[in-house]
Amino acid sequence: MNAEQSVRVEDKLYYNRYLVDVGRPHVKVRRHTTPSPQLLALLRACPARCYELNDKGQVEVAVDGCIECGTCRVIAEPTGDIEWNYPRGGYGVLFKFG
Amino acid sequence: MIQERFDAIVVGAGMAGNAAALTMAERGMKVLQLERGEYAGSKNVQGAILYADMMEKLIPDFREDAPLERHLVEQRFWMMDDRSHVGMHYRSEDFNEERPNRYTIIRAQFDKWFSSKVREAGATVLYETTATELVRDNYGKVRGVRTDRRDGEIQADVVVLAEGVNGLLGTRAGLRARPTPDKVALAVKEMHFLPRETIEARFNLKDDEGVVIEAAGTISRGMTGMGFIYANKESISLGIGCLVADFQRTGETPYGLLDHFKKHPSVASLIAGSEVKEYSAHLIPEGGYRAIPQLYGEGWVVVGDAAQFNNAVHREGSNLAMTSGRIAAEAISQVKSRRDGMTAKNLSLYKKMLDESFVIKDLKKYKDLPRLMHTNCQSFFLTYPQLVSRAMQNFVRVDGTPKVDKEKVTIKSFVKARSWTGLFGDAVRFARAWR
Repeated sequence: MNAEQSVRVEDKLYYNRYLVDVGRPHVKVRRHTTPSPQLLALLRACPARCYELNDKGQVEVAVDGCIECGTCRVIAEPTGDIEWNYPRGGYGVLFKFG
Repeated sequence: MIQERFDAIVVGAGMAGNAAALTMAERGMKVLQLERGEYAGSKNVQGAILYADMMEKLIPDFREDAPLERHLVEQRFWMMDDRSHVGMHYRSEDFNEERPNRYTIIRAQFDKWFSSKVREAGATVLYETTATELVRDNYGKVRGVRTDRRDGEIQADVVVLAEGVNGLLGTRAGLRARPTPDKVALAVKEMHFLPRETIEARFNLKDDEGVVIEAAGTISRGMTGMGFIYANKESISLGIGCLVADFQRTGETPYGLLDHFKKHPSVASLIAGSEVKEYSAHLIPEGGYRAIPQLYGEGWVVVGDAAQFNNAVHREGSNLAMTSGRIAAEAISQVKSRRDGMTAKNLSLYKKMLDESFVIKDLKKYKDLPRLMHTNCQSFFLTYPQLVSRAMQNFVRVDGTPKVDKEKVTIKSFVKARSWTGLFGDAVRFARAWR
């Protein structure tokens, strides 16, 4: 679409250290058929690009690369579109520098 | 999990939490501190600059063993358009003093050190423990927290919420509102590593001297936001942040903005050849004085970012966090030493003491600035930087045009973009908000 699409967030996340809590995602997207404007905003606002559209046009989240900033919480928790928690103690991103 | 009862539980091991836990432990209180990260600092992100005065009030001789990067001798402000920057640099030999005023730090390392001081002072610190809920009695008084450990309820007379800008406990318990997109900025940051000598040559430094660059202008593409470049010993912290509401409105991506900033000719030469070792993001409280929540209640107080203590104008946050944490702890220990209960009435001492400090006084001074910046973001972050840059180029480029004509062109460009009333209005509004 534009220059931003060429920035590979995956490469950036690769620098980071994570302890993934397999099978226990700390952020969940509410089931929906058509995404709300808030959910759609997350596709671009999430700095780790955790949110993607699936082939049915629904928003999905993959939290493995989440850097726990809370942007999605601020945008989409009030509407009930997502459920937001901290990862369990010790899990998630582990900043070496921060 | 822990049967014993504590005088105080501190949730979070950032600047505010560590300041609070240290202060209370030093005053002989039985303190438990909870941190969800593997170690203190593993979840914390900041630019980062440390202000010595506020740190000295907690640990007077911190310079002896704290992991500090560089002491700052120079501050640069850049107003940027796409190809240039107009800068103001302040550099002074006075900052090469025996007890320097400001340092760059790396938060994960600094927080680990700070946390070791908290433990040395006698507090119990539990890492890898997420506090999930506040526990209240039948009258609504907070009497502890629930954690994600087995049988994870722990009791205390008072809970200090130092859980950061995105704190869940306080908002879930209805003690304060969840931050809204217009009151928090999202900042993304990268750590760029370079040999020490390269950094010193590029930033014109010797020994442990450091530089900060704060940048605003077209880099935020008309959104309310700023970029920053801080020189550490062997790395450069580089990032940019804008209001979440602006990201939502424009559909700009944070990483797109960061990469654009990195590619700006004024920035690219500073980080050329560097190795990136971390990419992080964090929310920054930007609501200012008007966004400060209720600060205390029955059995609880809130400190630091969780209380929106951030001075966006001066880019100060961690020192407000440290100071609010320390003052909350002093108030709590005063209440305790009088053998009074941790009631809202008694804990109001915290607010009273804080009102007297620079924390509230500074935020109050700029109480109207956030609103002004957010409503006029196009002019302040796009139009003016472009105009100023063009004016500067017009001023320095020698091309045979008489100076009188050059000035006319410059003035015309300002009036055309903002109109006389617009310019005057912006100036008056800005001056009023600043006062």
